[in-house]
Amino acid sequence: MSNTETEHETAEFDPDDPKHTRFDLVREGARRDGVEIVHYEPRFTRPGSKEEKRVVRFVALCFAIVGLAALAFIVAYVAWPWQYKPGSNLNKWYTPVLGITLGLALLFIGIAIITWAKKLLPEEVSVERRHDGASPDTERKLTAATAMSMVDELGIQRRPLLKGAVALGLAPVGVAAIMPLGGLIKNHKSDLLTTAWHKGVRLMHDDGTLVRPEDVSAGGQITVFPAIPEGNSNKYADSPTLLIHLRDDDAKRTLANALPINKGAQWQNYVAYSKICTHAGCPASLYEQQTNRLLCPCHQSQFDITNNARPIFGPATRRLPQLPITVDSDGYFVATSDYKVPIGPGFWERP
Amino acid sequence: MKRPKFDPKQAPGAVADWADQRLGGASPLRKLFNKVFPDHWSFMLGEIALYSFIILLLTGTFLAFFFTPSSTEIVYHGSYVPLRGITMSQAYASSLDLSFDVRGGLILRQIHHWAALLFMAAIVVHMLRIFFTGAFRRPREMNWMIGFLLFWLGFVEGFAGYSLPDDALSGTGLRIADAIMLSIPVVGTWVSFAIFGGEFPGDVILGRLYIAHVFLIPGIILALIALHLALLVKQKHTQWPGPGRTEHNVVGHRMFPGFAAKGGGFFMIVFGVLAMFGGLIQINPIWLFGPYKAAVVSSASQPDWYVMFLDGSTRLMPPWEIRIHVFGHGYTVPPLFWPTVVLPGILVTLGLLYPFLEQRFMRDRAHHNLLQRPRDVPTRAGLGAMAVAFFLVLTLSGGNDVIADKFDISLNAMTWAGRIGILLIPPLAYYLTHRICLGLQQHDREVLAHGVETGIIKRLPNGAFVEVHQPLAEPDEHGHTELPYRGWVVPKKMNRIGAIGPAVKGFFVPVEKPEEPTEEVEAAEEREEITSGRR
Repeated sequence: MSNTETEHETAEFDPDDPKHTRFDLVREGARRDGVEIVHYEPRFTRPGSKEEKRVVRFVALCFAIVGLAALAFIVAYVAWPWQYKPGSNLNKWYTPVLGITLGLALLFIGIAIITWAKKLLPEEVSVERRHDGASPDTERKLTAATAMSMVDELGIQRRPLLKGAVALGLAPVGVAAIMPLGGLIKNHKSDLLTTAWHKGVRLMHDDGTLVRPEDVSAGGQITVFPAIPEGNSNKYADSPTLLIHLRDDDAKRTLANALPINKGAQWQNYVAYSKICTHAGCPASLYEQQTNRLLCPCHQSQFDITNNARPIFGPATRRLPQLPITVDSDGYFVATSDYKVPIGPGFWERP
Repeated sequence: MKRPKFDPKQAPGAVADWADQRLGGASPLRKLFNKVFPDHWSFMLGEIALYSFIILLLTGTFLAFFFTPSSTEIVYHGSYVPLRGITMSQAYASSLDLSFDVRGGLILRQIHHWAALLFMAAIVVHMLRIFFTGAFRRPREMNWMIGFLLFWLGFVEGFAGYSLPDDALSGTGLRIADAIMLSIPVVGTWVSFAIFGGEFPGDVILGRLYIAHVFLIPGIILALIALHLALLVKQKHTQWPGPGRTEHNVVGHRMFPGFAAKGGGFFMIVFGVLAMFGGLIQINPIWLFGPYKAAVVSSASQPDWYVMFLDGSTRLMPPWEIRIHVFGHGYTVPPLFWPTVVLPGILVTLGLLYPFLEQRFMRDRAHHNLLQRPRDVPTRAGLGAMAVAFFLVLTLSGGNDVIADKFDISLNAMTWAGRIGILLIPPLAYYLTHRICLGLQQHDREVLAHGVETGIIKRLPNGAFVEVHQPLAEPDEHGHTELPYRGWVVPKKMNRIGAIGPAVKGFFVPVEKPEEPTEEVEAAEEREEITSGRR
């Protein structure tokens, strides 16, 4: 090999020379691309050996499996009953069967190709030169000069009037370009401060029926919504409220603990707190009857119901706002006002 | 005139000739064919991310044919009986239809979700490989930054996708995202109202998320991936040190056919595994969660794994709220601001600047094309381990309610364990990794000086036992060899130096039967031979 290499370097390479094998051309091409093939030999020393045939058979087998699996996928896709039916039935297997057949087909294509590349292609080590780093000095100087001449041609340095005019003229255009984003801006003054509750709004269940005291057993809690059209929909995502029926002694303690802002919010043994966690706005929905704690499942803030829903563990910093409630002459729960403080997560302007 | 007969054997040549006449592509094409890639298993991790992204584009396009990004409320009448007659958004209903009323829709939905998880996982593991081996050093700082941005874009893209079906979990995630926006001082409410078009949830957010998820963010990701690969081609791949490998060359295989075939085959394997996952392992069964209702959430509501660390940081945050009183008005900085806005901000900045910080503190501004073994740079390996430990503690804390439930541990104890763990475990990881690296370094030097442990115990005349060592070169009179460390694997077992037959790993018998050594083998000198790097 070393002989031919020196020949290449000295003589002009003639691709039409009948003495060259195809690999000679490959090697010359690589060399012109800065790549030296330093090691190149067939994977098997004897072509058609037992080992080679074994690999070839394996690759062929892989492709056979690919064909079968792909065919099975097509048949299953078309013929397998696929529509959803309750209960346990063949239809439930539609997706798994598709997954297995498609997966097998693709996996074995991969295995076949990689085996081919690793076990049948010639062994090779090539070395490519790197041309790292900066461009040659001359090149850099020429490019820099070209760039500087652009500035010269424009003459922006010599013409201060233009400099100022361009700056003053284009600055507003730059600002104007982002103006359409202004369409996104919404005024928000009051939306975060109020909810759908106000004086006289009754409490309703999720199904729209109004709430009576006997709907909640002692120690129990339910989620209630403002009894207005779509009051239980996401349109009023700030209004879901937790109505809790405390046991007698808990109710007494709650009443005694009530802060000035929560005075008069309790009706007999019933209290209503905003369900929206003051930390990140998840519904704080896990009520532990024994300890009268309310847990938010998102970040585990815990609130003490008998003490103004004060946060006692986790990242929440503020009490759940209490909804002042009473029972009207028809025997239904009704709010006597909106929440006294904004519900939900904190924000900069929160009063 | 007789028409020349069409010869199929000549056709490729004719086409090539036709194209070359017009484009002159012969030499650039050959240059591409001949591009040399080094071979090492760890170089394929980034490929997994690339292939997952292609699969995401394919499956995502299918999903887009059927999905309606609208929060208009309708009553469900589809095939899934338990939800019939329930009012829900069109987005949720069309996601249900995709799962139950579109033939093969469910498997594509599940492949899409699995591919997203794999995309992020592959990015992280690839990034760790780059980090621990120092592949980000000059001249590759730019590509590190692009890759790092790709992680965060994938994060946002994944979150947007997760939010689209408008099921109970995605709605809860969105509400938390809204709370995070609200927590930003001064502009928070304006940001939130601009994005949601009013108070949460409003009726525009799904449409906006949709255009971001299917056009805006994937477009940016695609452009950055193209740039990432273009820089890779321009700067050429890094390589491990080894015989014949220098800072000024690349030793490996030419791209075609071998390397490209392996890449293509690997794509098929990634796709195949994802197809199996999509078919066999249920993911995000939105029909069990129900439509999003502001008042409903269940326990054990976890986001996708790559978001969990921020969920964890939020859970661990102590209840510290800043309240400022100026001009007769109070202003609030909620506790949510620190773990979800400030922390990611710090992480992004530190990550983007890491190559430059390391250059500054290690005073190494040189060009590097050879990789470093993690043990050879204990400080960096320690920092990496620290970052991983930090991420793991937060991720585990993101699921601390599930852990508390399954292992019957107090939830509050889990939170406190996380709060203390986040302060203690990362420094501990740094210390241990640093020590392990030093130990490994020392062992390498020891083997180079004294030779490989043979496992043969010799008894000396005075009764002492010593282990026989096989020196790696001709030893001097003290039995020492003065071999320099070359930044690459030092053989530590007898079969590594050919003294006994190579170990056959696993239960597949290789085609090439390992040869039994027939004669006494001399101390291996053939370490200097150039190999392809396969071991």
